[in-house]
Amino acid sequence: MAKQYETVIGLEVHVELATKTKIFCGCSTAFGGAPNTHTCPVCTGMPGSLPVLNKQVVNYAMAVGLATNCTITQYCKFDRKNYFYPDNPQNYQISQLYLPICRNGYVDIETSEGKKSVGIHEIHMEEDAGKLIHDEWEDCSLVDYNRSGVPLIEIVSEPDMRSAEEVIAYLEKLRMIVQYLGVSDCKLNEGSMRADVNLSVREVGAETFGTRTEMKNLNSFRAITHAIAGERERQIELLETGQQVTQETRRWDDTKEYSYAMRSKEDAQDYRYFPDPDLVPVYISDAWLQQVRDNQPEFREEKMARYKKEFDIPEYDIGIITDSKHLADLFEETVAICGQPKKVSNWLMGETLRLLKEKNMDPEDICFSPQNLARLIGLVDSKAVNSTVAKEIFEVMFAEDIDPEKYVEEKGLKTVNDEGALRKIIEEVIAANPQSVEDYRGGKQKAIGFLVGQTMKAMKGKADPGMVNKVLKELL
Amino acid sequence: MDILAYSAVELSAAIKAGKVTAVEAMEAVFARIDEKESTVNAYVTIDREQAFKTATITQEKIEKGELTGMLAGVPVAIKDNLCTEGIRTTCSSKILENFVPTFSAEAVLNLEKAGAVMIGKTNMDEFAMGSTTETSAYGVTRNPWNTDHVPGGSSGGSAAAVAAGECFFALGSDTGGSIRQPASFCGVVGLKPTYGTVSRYGLVAYGSSLDQIGPLTKNVADCAAVLEAIASHDTKDSTSVERKDTDFTTALIDDVKGMKIGIPRDYFGEGLDSEVKDAVFAAAKTLAAKGAVVEEFDLSLVEYAIPTYYTIAAAEASSNLERFDGIKYGYRAASYKGLHDMYKKTRSEGFGAEVKRRIMLGSFVLSSGYYDAYYLKALKVKAMIKKAFDEAFAKYDLILGPVAPTTAPKIGESLSDPLKMYLGDIYTISVNLAGLPGISLPCGIDTKGLPIGLQLIADSFQEKRLIQAAYTYEQTYSKEMR
Repeated sequence: MAKQYETVIGLEVHVELATKTKIFCGCSTAFGGAPNTHTCPVCTGMPGSLPVLNKQVVNYAMAVGLATNCTITQYCKFDRKNYFYPDNPQNYQISQLYLPICRNGYVDIETSEGKKSVGIHEIHMEEDAGKLIHDEWEDCSLVDYNRSGVPLIEIVSEPDMRSAEEVIAYLEKLRMIVQYLGVSDCKLNEGSMRADVNLSVREVGAETFGTRTEMKNLNSFRAITHAIAGERERQIELLETGQQVTQETRRWDDTKEYSYAMRSKEDAQDYRYFPDPDLVPVYISDAWLQQVRDNQPEFREEKMARYKKEFDIPEYDIGIITDSKHLADLFEETVAICGQPKKVSNWLMGETLRLLKEKNMDPEDICFSPQNLARLIGLVDSKAVNSTVAKEIFEVMFAEDIDPEKYVEEKGLKTVNDEGALRKIIEEVIAANPQSVEDYRGGKQKAIGFLVGQTMKAMKGKADPGMVNKVLKELL
Repeated sequence: MDILAYSAVELSAAIKAGKVTAVEAMEAVFARIDEKESTVNAYVTIDREQAFKTATITQEKIEKGELTGMLAGVPVAIKDNLCTEGIRTTCSSKILENFVPTFSAEAVLNLEKAGAVMIGKTNMDEFAMGSTTETSAYGVTRNPWNTDHVPGGSSGGSAAAVAAGECFFALGSDTGGSIRQPASFCGVVGLKPTYGTVSRYGLVAYGSSLDQIGPLTKNVADCAAVLEAIASHDTKDSTSVERKDTDFTTALIDDVKGMKIGIPRDYFGEGLDSEVKDAVFAAAKTLAAKGAVVEEFDLSLVEYAIPTYYTIAAAEASSNLERFDGIKYGYRAASYKGLHDMYKKTRSEGFGAEVKRRIMLGSFVLSSGYYDAYYLKALKVKAMIKKAFDEAFAKYDLILGPVAPTTAPKIGESLSDPLKMYLGDIYTISVNLAGLPGISLPCGIDTKGLPIGLQLIADSFQEKRLIQAAYTYEQTYSKEMR
């Protein structure tokens, strides 16, 4: 019988923190500036410049640590990781090796196999590098230091995961935590969240781990899933044919769906880590720690439980709404204005999700305000607009966050509630459609639908369907 | 009166009194530079035009009463490892031969605010690595007392410029004695402040945890005035300390009555030149005669200072100097194939032998498998050395000893035996390891006609004690010498 193999996976996840300024200087972290415009002597490694720690980075790292049940290292230090590469202006990266800010945490995940805990080995703070751009035409490389010094945290898990499904559940969980904390945008495809996968295989029941490889360049959940499957297969094949797995770093090519070796352990660099003498140790007082603890937000699980108690909406809806902090905030703020959780939920679950999917957007990209959504709900409630018109208005609101009340006024979309005018139109519709009238009178109840439709068309949609039905039945 | 005979503080007073102008002072300095510089070679870069332009503006400001400080109008020389905006800063290395900083060091800005006028940048051992100023890529600096001899190092250019009258005072940097030892060799006053007193922002780092900027001056009063001007709390330097006691000139008091001074026996052992020993003991007797309580004691761990220092300083230097890679600024090899070849050739051609030696040493002690045995152990010894000083300062206000085992050696004698050269740092480096302030001041001249230096060491933040004792000693010494 063929041997059964188990996959053992640990993750190193880099999260770019959403601070306004860089970790060791006052330069902006904003995306999209012209090359080397968000730079200064510190983040370009000019001689004589010195780093000064941005305290907000420590706050954010601590918040993530507390949310992942870590122990906070109240006396922590920064170390230099030395390696030569042009994207790294000092030729050393300021990171944490010996005393990382968070250690020994865990997060709970849930998959089709059930619930489980994934250990967090450590979380450390470090700086991002610049970006190298190769100019094929001029045959030279250019470097942009705008990203140099952007703060990162690296979350290192224990080798506790056994499948791609667990890996995705773990990443989703981290993303949720980070998003709820508001410490990062956490977008895999934009690089604000990056995952390296450490993977080994062993025979089921084995006590020790096999030799692992590290895979880099995984920028989507899809890539991660495929890379895990591919690497598992590659390693098993090596073992089955009597070969050995080499400890090495491999780069995943998502278009070719193949990974290739970048460097092996033999030519692994010696980073010569040592404490950075330019930075003083970070001492986190009990008061500081407590302050961060007190400022922790309500996380998803607590939010779901509260919604269940407070709002009469389906559990499924609660799950979807709380899946995004932004959506949940939008929900709560709108409910606070209009007091109608069910209706707010319907707009979010229905039209909002439909448009997000259609436009391939994330909930974080929603631009309309809770005030405007509440106004739209008010317009429908007061029968100022009917539901069809409301959906049209919503679509405009979704795109540009317009004020629906003003919009209705400007475009003349108010429902006509003048029964006299309606009666006149309906009389014309009846006159123009004798066949349908006859069918209805002959007992075909469905025929009235056609007549309602014709009336709405003649009214350009601005009629209350209830009133149309009522008047139609009277006249027929 | 001969303008060059003024001390820095005296010159500024004379300018403010209208007896002489800042421009005349600059003219006197340049007359001396024209006369001496071709032999002494104290400077790497001199900006004559800018110096006179600034002197003219400064004179106007003094006349308008906008500049009233103790150093207003005084020509100053700056060690070439301190960044100066718009003026090239080479660290006496080929690798920075064309490097022009975009900003000035905080200490330089503080001097500008005080109204001092920069003449140029002084020669040094390459990246401050050396004890003779012979490792400079821009030629050796000669000792003005005897031009066959070295001026000491690494701030040899600064010390020689002060001694030769090519400036009124200078800034240096001290990682293991680089201010105090050349001050001693050139017969001037040099002070290394408590770590964190002067901002390191803009000082091209050698050993970051040990580096401090400090003054080289003609006398103790100037030394106090310059320290007062450059000491500042700087939020750009995480290791900068906020001090409220930087009015150092208030310590210029001729009185050491009751001051307790300890002489470490360990500083007077084998290797110490007898003439130096006699001069230093004579100085101790002078202070005792002025009322100080002087006694000998055993300062432990002295023999561990050198290996500890060369481990830590080299480790930090190996990392600090990584940024000089030919990518962003400075020298780049003319021909190369690909990135790694460019790195290799640039650094092989750009750095001198002593710098390479320390980069290799530092890389070795930090490498995997050796970190614990060397670097970490050195940090532990460093902490123990600090503790030994703490114990000494529980008993004494000051520690007194020599600055260096000998007076200035001849040019060419030192570099062939680097280990011997390293041993010459024995009395100065533990002060850096413990982060303490130390001052070097003249206490005699040997039979070769070369100056001998006296070193006083105080506990952290006790510069005022140093200055008071040095000032008191200087009063007697100056009288004897004149």
